[in-house]
Amino acid sequence: MLLQADSTRESTTGSTGSAAVDIIYFSSLSGNTKRFVEKLGRPAARIPLYPKDAPLVAERPYVLVVPTYGGGIEGSAVPKQVIRFLNDERNRALIRGVIGAGNTNFGEAFCLAGDIIAQKCGVPHMYRFEVFGTPDDVATVHEGLEEFWKQQP
Amino acid sequence: MIDKLKLVSHVDAINWNKIEDEKDVEVWNRLVNNFWLPEKIPLSNDVQSWNTLTPVEQQLTMRVFTGLTLLDTIQGTVGAVSLIPDAITPHEEAVYTNIAFMESVHAKSYSSIFSTLCSTKEIDEAFRWSTENVNLQKKASIVMDYYQGDDPLKRKVASTLLESFLFYSGFYLPMYWSSRAKLTNTADLIRLIIRDEAVHGYYIGYKFQKGLEKETQERRDEIKDYTFNLMFELYENEIQYTQDLYDAVGLTEDVKKFLHYNANKALMNLGYEPMFPKAVTDVNPAILSALSPNADENHDFFSGSGSSYVIGKAVNTEDDDWDF
Repeated sequence: MLLQADSTRESTTGSTGSAAVDIIYFSSLSGNTKRFVEKLGRPAARIPLYPKDAPLVAERPYVLVVPTYGGGIEGSAVPKQVIRFLNDERNRALIRGVIGAGNTNFGEAFCLAGDIIAQKCGVPHMYRFEVFGTPDDVATVHEGLEEFWKQQP
Repeated sequence: MIDKLKLVSHVDAINWNKIEDEKDVEVWNRLVNNFWLPEKIPLSNDVQSWNTLTPVEQQLTMRVFTGLTLLDTIQGTVGAVSLIPDAITPHEEAVYTNIAFMESVHAKSYSSIFSTLCSTKEIDEAFRWSTENVNLQKKASIVMDYYQGDDPLKRKVASTLLESFLFYSGFYLPMYWSSRAKLTNTADLIRLIIRDEAVHGYYIGYKFQKGLEKETQERRDEIKDYTFNLMFELYENEIQYTQDLYDAVGLTEDVKKFLHYNANKALMNLGYEPMFPKAVTDVNPAILSALSPNADENHDFFSGSGSSYVIGKAVNTEDDDWDF
């Protein structure tokens, strides 16, 4: 049974609660993905790191930014916090795309979590970047999302 | 030159049930899951392919691999070990011992390649070259000097630049052969090394950033200057080294792009913005594809022709489906 998010919480910047933002992301303690998202300068909410945190619930269509730091055994590519988030069908219903983060050094596992989520949710894997993204990555994604949301019904 | 060995002054029994930094556990698990040995790779399947290389190409390949062997030996015997006394958590110390051992596995795996493909005489000649090549020796001595210095943050910078930058003049070649369907089993082995180095560079870079957070602005400025100066020093030398190796086969310019691309990632692992602009980091797509089959496909949804991409409707799945 999933916990109901506290709807009185700050909706755009808090790490928990409900989120009326068009980017939702996961970032580990290293904060690389967080840094990329901050450079985009768009309203965004972070999926909580710890099980004790209240789960995040999306309130409007969003794009998910998710890192893959691994290689090695398949089945561990998607961070467990992201699985928890997507296990809430309200969040699955509002996902519109995925952006993957990672490192080409991981070979076939480069941005694998993005591939898995895109396939499971039937949404495009829109873009892939490494570490916290180059300035060119940031510009491309920023402009791309601007256009993308304009075209959405 | 033998310096006085620096050791951790006090050790408590390590308790893996009390964790100060979750990253230590995450990286330990990742490294353990990624563990491999060269004996698992069927290198002998490359014998026929090896014989299709010209003598110049064979010699180049052996020299590249002895150069990589030297770096892995340094990192296993000195680099990763030198980070242990600076560790903040006991689990960080344990991760460095894992890294050190794996570097020794890497170093040994090149010898597996040699013994499979080459004669003893050729092997001896390649190792002799590695001790005589000025630019390779300079690369080694620059890094060794910083490992023996007394600044923990600078040691981490040197270590991250080795893991995430200095290997790539060498890694280029097996990716190049792989893109031409040559030495493909050897390339599989090298990809495992490349994967490990990414985790090492990421982790040491992360610990560097944690350490830097506690420093004054003045000190942060000093470290940043030091990092970019060291990067320039190593880069200049890498260019020379690359020319020594690749001029004979006309690949130097292609290798340089790969160096720029990886120099940027090395800086990013340390938390710094990339230094080389897009115009000089356009790695040959065949090399990128040999590295990661997903990397050179057109995954840029935003710049693609939007009309050809039908956006799927999110499927309402049951929670059971999410057992990844």
